Amino acid sequence: MSRRRINPSLVIGGALVLLVVGLALLSYVWTPYQPMRVLSVEAYQTPNAEHWLGTDRLRRDVFTQIVVGARTTLLVGVIAVGVAALVGVPLGILAAMGPGWVGTLLMRGTDILLAFPALLLAIMFAALYGGSTRVAMVAIGIATVPSFARITRSGTLGVLRTDYVTAARAAGRGRPAIAVRHVLPNVTGLVIVQASVSFAIAILAEAALAYLGLGTPAGQASWGRMLYEAQSTLASATHLALIPGGAIAAAVLGFNLLGDGLRDWLDPRLEGR
Amino acid sequence: MTGPASPRAATVPAGTPAAAAVSLRDVHREFRRPRTSLRHDPAVVHAVRGVSLDIAAGERVGIVGESGSGKTTLLRLLCGLDTPTSGEVYVQGRPVHDQPARRLRWLRRELQLVFQDPMGSLDPRMRVGQIVAEPLVAQRIGSRAERRARVTELLERVGLPAEAADRYPHQFSGGQRQRISIARALAPRPHVLVGDEPVSALDVSVRAQVLNLVDEVVDGYGLTLVLVSHDLSVVRHVCDRVAVMRQGELVEVAPTEQLYRDPQHPYTRELLASVPHLADALGSHPPDMERSQPDE
Repeated sequence: MSRRRINPSLVIGGALVLLVVGLALLSYVWTPYQPMRVLSVEAYQTPNAEHWLGTDRLRRDVFTQIVVGARTTLLVGVIAVGVAALVGVPLGILAAMGPGWVGTLLMRGTDILLAFPALLLAIMFAALYGGSTRVAMVAIGIATVPSFARITRSGTLGVLRTDYVTAARAAGRGRPAIAVRHVLPNVTGLVIVQASVSFAIAILAEAALAYLGLGTPAGQASWGRMLYEAQSTLASATHLALIPGGAIAAAVLGFNLLGDGLRDWLDPRLEGR
Repeated sequence: MTGPASPRAATVPAGTPAAAAVSLRDVHREFRRPRTSLRHDPAVVHAVRGVSLDIAAGERVGIVGESGSGKTTLLRLLCGLDTPTSGEVYVQGRPVHDQPARRLRWLRRELQLVFQDPMGSLDPRMRVGQIVAEPLVAQRIGSRAERRARVTELLERVGLPAEAADRYPHQFSGGQRQRISIARALAPRPHVLVGDEPVSALDVSVRAQVLNLVDEVVDGYGLTLVLVSHDLSVVRHVCDRVAVMRQGELVEVAPTEQLYRDPQHPYTRELLASVPHLADALGSHPPDMERSQPDE
């Protein structure tokens, strides 16, 4: 049996994601300084030997914040996308395979949810339940459900039209078995790509909420929070915005590439090419 | 074309539903087009209108007609994949037409299908072994080990190595994929084999091999064969009797040789005439080398 080809997207994406995961794990065992600790050093330092990425307005070590902030970023991404996929994928399959009225009801429901800008929904949640990382995750997750449900539904409709599904019916498979054995494996590619895009959107949304002061509260590390705090000194201490911004960009890119690479890697048709 | 049954059909003794392997009784199937106007009722397409046909056990019947003639719809009705608007369908004497899917488990054992598209009829995410075993798994036939042994036996029967079970469909050629399809169809030991244009997507050189395989397994297992095709030469090669379909009706049903020698219905003549014409146009082909119908 031929080996699956490792593609460059998978390698680069995987490396970037591993870097973020590594930073997050590292934060549990070691950080250069105590997280969020106000040090008795000069503020607004540029990167140097003592403080690798400098210090911020409150004289905190920036590298420490990046390391600890990776946790928040990953957690938000994983939970938000997990919630969205776990709810959205079954709903999408149900909408395509269930009775017509169920499909109509579900799709109109997602239309309503889609009409809400995700960020607005998250702001609403934050206003109702107070700003916290957990509220941000759940809000972003709920706002992402429709895109998963829609893409899964259209993928499922495509799969249901194929002869292999007809063959499965003729073989005696019932609807649930067809959903699990044929539909699910054949829509995973779509779901993975959607997950990687959603992951990026979730990270950006968390950053945006933190930036607006509605997500991760002050006193907790988050890349978005760091951007928010850097805005007042954007002109004088640009690196304070560039560093968390760069980290967000790298994480988003990493997850996008990883999603692309995984989709190709998991597709048996592309094996050994 | 006055009625659904031609005078020819009457010359073939019509068995009772209980005696025939497959029996169609005045089957109609109408499809409603999506509504395009508020004032007018949506258009209705009569895909199958009043088809009656009895197929005896062990008989090989071809259903021919151009695309859109209702062949495939008829076939779906026969396989219990669609429900007729009116009329009755019996397989091995048991009703199919009025049964919900969960009451048709027996039919999945009795009757199996081979499809046209060798690409689309095999799940690209499944290994060949899983594909061939699917009817067995779905119908809970045998233990895991027994199923594996059966898969090996079936792959061998259709001329594929046992190692094929571990590979994916895309690693096989079109002809090999149709062999896999045939192996899957044979898995639950059906009595009726239904082919929906099983060779029309294949290269001419591979067609004969796959047709011969169909021929062999139908003979070897004493199956009843229903073969749908737009290609008369394919049907002539394998079938005892031919039913000609046009616009949802059977216009002529006759034993193969008789139909070719002495077609009664003008449409049948037209259909037969279209075959050598193309061969003539191509030049040097002798009249009996008439595999000229291009793929759909």
